Amino acid sequence: MLRALLLILSVVAIAHAELCKPDAQNAFKVRISIKTALGDNAYAWDANEEYLFKAMVAFAMRRYSSKSTTQISNVLLCNVTDRVSFWFVVTDSSKNVTTVPGSEVEAAIRMNRNRINNAFLLSDKTLQFLKITSTLSPPVEPSTPVWLIVFGVVLCLIVAGIVFLIVSGIQKHKKKNKESTERENLEEKVEVTLENGIPCEALDLKAGHINGVFAADDDRFTSL
Amino acid sequence: GFLIPYLIMLIAEGMPLLYLELAVGQRMRQGSIGAWKIISPYLCGVGVASVVVSFFLSMYYNVINAWAFWYLFHSFQDPLPWATCPLNSNRTGYEEECEKTSSTQYFWYRQTLNISPSLEASGSVQWEQALCLTLAWLVVYLCILRGTASTGKLEQLLNPKAWISAATQIFFSLGLGFGSLIAFASYNEPSNNCQRHAIIVSLINSTTSIFASIVTFSIYGFKATFNYESCINKVILLLLNAFDLEEGSLTADNLNEMKDYLMATYPQEYAQLAPQIKNCSLEAELDTAVQGTGLAFIVYSEAIKNMEVPQLYSVLYFFMLLMLGIGSMLGNTAAILTPLTDSRAIASRFPKEVISGVVCFVNCIIGLIFTMEAGNYWFDIFNDYAATLSLLLIVLVETIAVCYIYGIRRFEKDLYTMIGRKPNWYWKIMWAFVSPLLIISLFIFYITDYILTGTLQYQAWDATQGQLVTKDYPGYALAVIGLLVASSTMCIPLGALVTFVRKRLKRERVATVA
Repeated sequence: MLRALLLILSVVAIAHAELCKPDAQNAFKVRISIKTALGDNAYAWDANEEYLFKAMVAFAMRRYSSKSTTQISNVLLCNVTDRVSFWFVVTDSSKNVTTVPGSEVEAAIRMNRNRINNAFLLSDKTLQFLKITSTLSPPVEPSTPVWLIVFGVVLCLIVAGIVFLIVSGIQKHKKKNKESTERENLEEKVEVTLENGIPCEALDLKAGHINGVFAADDDRFTSL
Repeated sequence: GFLIPYLIMLIAEGMPLLYLELAVGQRMRQGSIGAWKIISPYLCGVGVASVVVSFFLSMYYNVINAWAFWYLFHSFQDPLPWATCPLNSNRTGYEEECEKTSSTQYFWYRQTLNISPSLEASGSVQWEQALCLTLAWLVVYLCILRGTASTGKLEQLLNPKAWISAATQIFFSLGLGFGSLIAFASYNEPSNNCQRHAIIVSLINSTTSIFASIVTFSIYGFKATFNYESCINKVILLLLNAFDLEEGSLTADNLNEMKDYLMATYPQEYAQLAPQIKNCSLEAELDTAVQGTGLAFIVYSEAIKNMEVPQLYSVLYFFMLLMLGIGSMLGNTAAILTPLTDSRAIASRFPKEVISGVVCFVNCIIGLIFTMEAGNYWFDIFNDYAATLSLLLIVLVETIAVCYIYGIRRFEKDLYTMIGRKPNWYWKIMWAFVSPLLIISLFIFYITDYILTGTLQYQAWDATQGQLVTKDYPGYALAVIGLLVASSTMCIPLGALVTFVRKRLKRERVATVA
């Protein structure tokens, strides 16, 4: 009885060893950098952490295909190094001694990457599944690039300044021209209205006396 | 190390020549062409050469202002666009080119310049850069308008402060030989104390230059250290991953010993890895100098992105760069415009606004060449060859002309009438002997250096490697370089020849009439 049990166990162990080895079919390598991520708060990687990892992978498989009945014992880890890195496979409990296709495992992990990362307090960079690429989030980009807005503002200011300067220059020019022509006209007027050396404007002042004899009504004089 | 030659050159060349140019402009009250014509009719070529050099300079220099505008406008984002790499098309990692080099260099070479792999591959005009260039020229036009807005000679230019701030630009030191100094000085009143101004301007300029170079070199060292450390970290990560060693077992200190140990223990795997393992060295980082204008944009933006409130420092820095650049541009455009507005033929027909507008427009159109994909290579050509040789020659001819053709005694008398003081023996010795000798020796050194190095080469950006590679100039680029140097230097002998021929013809005509 005992011998039979030992035989079965050894068969299972050998089977597992064959299923999980580096570069096996449907096996994935995982690389974990705890010290890089957490620094002083780094935890040690031991059997408990491995158990958690198996649980997370089983959870991911269950979530991905909801009718799957993956157990923690279906996830096999091997070749754990000091790095920390190891290989894992997911076996199919319904079919004997076969592994779940790599594409399914990849899709499941991808779908639940965030949950797995958070369980270990790590990120995409520090918990690496070597064959599974992660989707990075692009930076937030506004609809109009910011630089165009600032450019537009500055451009409007500069153009307004140029237009203002040109217009004021033209106006100054016109004013100067008008002033010079006005001065010319003024001089002509003064020439015409100079009688006996006295400009007529001076004669129009109210300070002068009006001689009543000559300012009388026009009837007393014969019209010309 | 560099301070001693710098100070010597400043005392022996900078200040005396600055004083000379200021005095000439102030005394003759004309731009560079007119001023030299007065000194001797055979020297009209010197003025023309100055204007040609200024013209070349204004063609390409405003592109720097365009880049400064581009960076300034991009500083209003969080995070700064040159702080992180963009993602590649399927969002699984960063852009390949950005991975190989740093994010600041990627932003400069790819997103600002969109540089092509070589000079021959011209590519198309980058509309973003063209917009920024147009804006830069509009700003220059606005400032010029303001300068000549009032009746000819603006009061502000008599104020020494405006003078000094225009001259304190780092890029082209004191701006000797461009004719811009003569142009500016011609706006001065004849009684202006240009001797004091010359000393003040050159001292302030050198203090600013020294300060700026201290800052530049410390930031440069920071960048080299940063790159060296990230290179080491990359090698460490590579080895850790390849040999599954425990984290923290490889550090920068024991890296070399561990490399030897691994090479001995796992020779095959190590041999496979060997091409990826770079030999990081701090000296190599310090040697890989970022060329020319790239220094201002790459190195500083890299330092700024690591600071606390990077947007603020970025805006301040690029605004300062703009102020300096626009100040230089004003000097150059003044050097071109003053001879144009001084000449009766052009000035009587068109108002000043139209002349300035046409000059700015023509320069802007030509400047679009530098916004193409290969534009930065053409920019480097202009930057290296348009000014250097010609300026040396122009300044040499200027000193010799003033000292020996015009006569140093006559010049002394002019200065006495202007500022009420004769120049002391220091100035006279510098003008007559030391400066010309120094310039001649620099000239000879420059030419022999060129002859020794053989063909000219340039640095091209290789996108696949993510670094600069050296390439030879194609034939037509060499022809352009030759044209640049020749067109400005040949003006001087050509001018003398033309005046000689004209005088001969006039003498003959007079002789036949008589």
